[in-house]
Amino acid sequence: MNHFARTAGDWISDRWATVGDRVSDVVGKRPVKIPLIIVGVALVYLLPILNLPIIATPESDFPTVLFTVTVYAIVAVGLNIVTGYAGLLDLGYVGFYATGAYVIGLLTAYHFAWPFLLVLPIAMLITLVTGVLLGAPTLRVRGDYLAIVTMGFGELIRITIRNTAWLGGTSGIKSIPAPQGIGDKSTGVFQIPHLDWSTGTPLVDLNRQTKFLVFGVLDATPYFWLALTALIVIIVIERLVKRGRVGRMWEATREDEDAAEIMGVPTFKFKLLAFASGAFIGGLAGALFASKAGYINPISFPANLSMLFVAAVVIGGSGNRWGAIIGAIIVAYLPERFRQLEDWRLLFFGIALVAIVSFRPQGLFPPGNRARAQRAARRAARDAQREVPVV
Amino acid sequence: MDFSFLFSNFFELSITGLVLGSVYALVALGYTLVYGVLQLINFAHADVFMWGTFVVAWVFILTGASGSTTLLGAAPYLLIALVAAASASGGLAMLVERIAYRRLVRKRALSYIILISAIGASFVLSETMGIRDKVVALIDGIINAVVGLFGGHIDIVGWLSDYTSRARGVTTLPLTIKPQVVFSAGNFSVRDTDLTIILAALIMMIGLDQFIRRTRLGREIRAVAQDPEAAALMGSNSTSVVSKTFLIGGIMAGVAAVLYQIKVGATTFDLGVVLGIKAFTAAVLGGIGNLRGALLGGLLLGVVENYGSALFGTQWKDVVAFLLLVLILLVRPTGLLGQTLGRARA
Amino acid sequence: MSEVQTAPSTVQPLLDVDHVTIKFGGVVALDDVTFEIKPGEILGLIGPNGAGKTTCFNVITGVYQATSGTVAFDGTPLKGKKRYQITKLGIARTFQNIRLFPSMSAEENVMVGADVHSKVGILRSIFRTPYFRRTERESRERSRELLRFVGVNADPEDFAVNFSYGDQRRLEIARALATKPKLVCLDEPAAGFNPAEKQRLMQLIHDIRDAGNTVLLVEHDMNLVMGVCDRIVVLEFGRKIAEGTPAEIQSNPDVVAAYLGTEEDDDDTA
Repeated sequence: MNHFARTAGDWISDRWATVGDRVSDVVGKRPVKIPLIIVGVALVYLLPILNLPIIATPESDFPTVLFTVTVYAIVAVGLNIVTGYAGLLDLGYVGFYATGAYVIGLLTAYHFAWPFLLVLPIAMLITLVTGVLLGAPTLRVRGDYLAIVTMGFGELIRITIRNTAWLGGTSGIKSIPAPQGIGDKSTGVFQIPHLDWSTGTPLVDLNRQTKFLVFGVLDATPYFWLALTALIVIIVIERLVKRGRVGRMWEATREDEDAAEIMGVPTFKFKLLAFASGAFIGGLAGALFASKAGYINPISFPANLSMLFVAAVVIGGSGNRWGAIIGAIIVAYLPERFRQLEDWRLLFFGIALVAIVSFRPQGLFPPGNRARAQRAARRAARDAQREVPVV
Repeated sequence: MDFSFLFSNFFELSITGLVLGSVYALVALGYTLVYGVLQLINFAHADVFMWGTFVVAWVFILTGASGSTTLLGAAPYLLIALVAAASASGGLAMLVERIAYRRLVRKRALSYIILISAIGASFVLSETMGIRDKVVALIDGIINAVVGLFGGHIDIVGWLSDYTSRARGVTTLPLTIKPQVVFSAGNFSVRDTDLTIILAALIMMIGLDQFIRRTRLGREIRAVAQDPEAAALMGSNSTSVVSKTFLIGGIMAGVAAVLYQIKVGATTFDLGVVLGIKAFTAAVLGGIGNLRGALLGGLLLGVVENYGSALFGTQWKDVVAFLLLVLILLVRPTGLLGQTLGRARA
Repeated sequence: MSEVQTAPSTVQPLLDVDHVTIKFGGVVALDDVTFEIKPGEILGLIGPNGAGKTTCFNVITGVYQATSGTVAFDGTPLKGKKRYQITKLGIARTFQNIRLFPSMSAEENVMVGADVHSKVGILRSIFRTPYFRRTERESRERSRELLRFVGVNADPEDFAVNFSYGDQRRLEIARALATKPKLVCLDEPAAGFNPAEKQRLMQLIHDIRDAGNTVLLVEHDMNLVMGVCDRIVVLEFGRKIAEGTPAEIQSNPDVVAAYLGTEEDDDDTA
C-alpha cells in the first residue's frame, strides 16, 4: 500500500513536472512571462470591443479588419514554416488557401449541409493531402525552379476549380452558412457592448453589442475570436514542433541541404513535412475565410495573393514566426487603416520587397538567432580586419 | 477526349500552335539569356513583355489607327509599334537589372533572395500598369499643385484618358487586323498573319544566334556565361555585359509583344503571370541557357498546348504548360538540348 | 605494379571496397580500386592531387554511385542506398571545406548529427511524449559531451559562424561523431592547422579510435598520416599503387617516385 502510494505519488509528480515542462515549452523559460502573456492575449481578444481610437479603422468595419488580419497571420505562420524554416520558396500558397475555402463551401453549402466544426478538420486534412500530392513530385526540384513550379500549381488549382462544375465553376459557391454559435440565435448566452470613442472619452455603446457566441453577417467579432483562437492554437503547436528535432532538421535542410543529408537528415521527408504542414495551416486560413465571406469564386484566389503572402513573410522576417505575423499585420492592416491607399498596396509591397531584400535581406524582424549570428559575424569580420596588419 | 477533332484539324492546330509557340520562344529567350549569364531566373521578364504589348496598343491609339484593315494596311503602324515596343521593353529590362539585380549579384546574395527581389520588381511592373489611371491622377495632382500656384491647370488625366481607361480590364487594339488566307487546301488554310509571325520569330532567332556567335558582345556574353571571373580577368566588364544581356532579352520581348498583338489584339496588366510560366516552361523544355533550346521549346510547347486543348477543351489549355514543366523537371531537368549558353551551342 | 598484399585476415572487414570503378563521361576517376578497412584501425588514404581520394571518399559516403564494383559496409552493400541511410548504417564524415549550418548554434549543429537515430516526428513533438523528452535530453547531453571531447571550449550556444577556424573543424568532427558512427571519415581535417593544432588533432584521432571507432583519414600532411595511421592506401591517377604500414609505404619505391619524392618538401613547410 505504502509502496503503491509512493509510486502513485511519483507518477503524479512526474506527470506534473511534464505538464510544467510543457507549459514552459510553450511560453518560454521564465514563468514571470506567463501573466504578461495572459494579459496580452486577453487584450487582443478584447480589441474589437475596446475599439481603440487610432488603431480602429474608421472607413471599414473594425472587427472584420481584425478578422482578415488574423487570417493573414495564420497564413503567414503556415508559409513561414515552408519558406522561413525549410527554405522552400512557395509562390502558390494561395492554392492551399483556396482548397481549404472550397472544401468548406462544398461540404457546408454546395453539396451537403454538414456543420462547420465537422468540416473544418476535413478541410484541413484534404488540404494536407493536396500538399503532399503536389509536394511529393516537385520537392526534388532545385530551389528557384520550385518557386515557378509552385506558382504553376497555384494557378492549376484555380483553373481546375474554374473549369469544374462540381466545384462551382466560374460562378462560385454562394450562401455558405455561418458556423453554429452557442446560445440563442437572437441573444446569445450573454451580450458584450462595444466602446464608443467618438466623443473622445470611452462610452459604452449599448446599440452595438456582440452576442456571445452568434456568428452572423452583422457582427464579425465572433469570427475574429474564432480566428484568433485558431491562430493561438497554431502558434502553440508550431512552437512545440519547431523547438526540437523537427525544427533542427528543417533548419539544417535550409542551411545546407547536401550537408544535412550526409549528416543523416532525410531532407526530402522533412521538406515534404514542412510543405504539408504549411498546406494544412493554409487550408485552415482558407476555411475561416470562406465561412466568414459566405461567398467564394475562383477570382477570390488570384496568383497575386500568393505574392502578397510571400511579401508578408519576407518583409516581416522569414524564419521568425512573430516577424511573419507582423508582416501579415502590415500587409493586411495598413491598407484597411488607410483606405485611400488600398489600390496602391500591391505596388507598395512590390517596392517594399525589392527594397527589403536589397537593404535588409533578413526582414524587419529576423529570427533572434540569425540576427545575433549576423551581428557576431560582422564583429568577427571587423576584428579580423583590425588584426590583419599586425600579422 | 475528342480525338476526331484533333485529327481532322491537325494541320490547323499545328500552325496556330507554332504561332503562339513563336511568341513563347521569343519571350523564353529572355529567361534563357539571363539564366545563361547569371544562373538566375528573371522573374520580371514576363512583365517586361506585358509592357511591350501595352506600348503597341498605345502606339495604335497615338497614331489614330482604327477600324479594320489587312496586315499590309496595318504595316506602317506595326513598324512604329515594333520600334517603340522593342525600345520600351529593352529599356525596362535594363532597369530591372539595375534595380532588382545588380546590387544583390555584386553582394553574391543567395539565389533565393535575388528571386524575391525579382518577384518584387515583377509586382511593381504589373501593378503600375494595373493602376496606371491612379498613377496618372497622382502625377496630375502633384503637377497641378505646383502649376496651380501660378494660376494654371494642366489636364493630364484628360489627355491620357485614352491610355489609362479600364486599367484593370482588357485593353484591345483600336485597329482590327484581318487575316488573309494565303493558301488553302481541303479543310485547312494558312493565313498571312500566322506566316508573318512564325517567319518574324525565326528571323529574330537566327539573327540573335548569329549575333551571339559572331559579334564581340556575343563573345563576351558567352565568356561571362562560361566563367564570370575568368571573363573579368580577360577584360570584359561583366556588369555591363549582364546589363546588355538584359537589354537583348528585353528587345526580344518587345518584338514578341508586337507579334502577340498581331495574333491576339488585346492585353491585360496581369498577362505576365501565365505567359511567364509558359515562356519559362519553353526555356526549361529546350534546356535553359540554350538559345536554340528556347526556340525548340517554345514551338513545341505552343503545338503541344494546342493539341492538348483540342483534346481536353480550351479551358484546360493553360494547364498543359504547367504539367509539362513539372514533367520535364522531374524527367530531364537539363531540357531537350542541354543547358549552358557558354559551352553548348550558343 | 608492385602492390603490397596484406595477409588475408580472419576478421570481417568493416568496409570493403571491391574493384570499384567510377567514370564521369569519358573520364575515369577511379580505376578498379580495391581495399578494405578493418574494425578498429586507422586507415590513411593518400595520393597526389587529382588521384581520386575525394572521389573515393564520396563513393563510400554515397555521394557518387560506383560505375562498376561494389562497396559494402559491415556486410551490407551500399549500392542504391540514400546518403542519409548510409549515415544511419554507421558511416559519418567531415568536409574538406567546412560545411556547418551557420545560423544554428554549435550545440544544435552537433544535435543534428545526434538526431539521426531519433524517431521524433510531428506528433511526438506536439505531445511532448516521454520519448521526445528522453531523446531530446540525450541528444543535448551527448552534444555537450562531444564538444568537450573534441576540444571545443567556446560557448555551445554560440553560433557556428562565430567560432575560430580550428573550432569549426573540431565542431564538424563532433557533429560526425554524434551520429554514433562505426566508421568516421575525415576529409583533410588538418587543412589550415598549425603544428600545435596538428599535434592535438593526432591525439584526437587516436582518442576517437580508442573510443571504439574506425577511422578513414584523407590527408595531405605526411607527418600526420605517417604518425597516426595503422595502414595506408596510396592512390595515383585513380588507381591504387600501394598499400601497407607507414614504414612499408615510406620505403615503397613506387610511392616515393609518384608522391613523396616530389611533395615532401612542400608538406614540411605547409
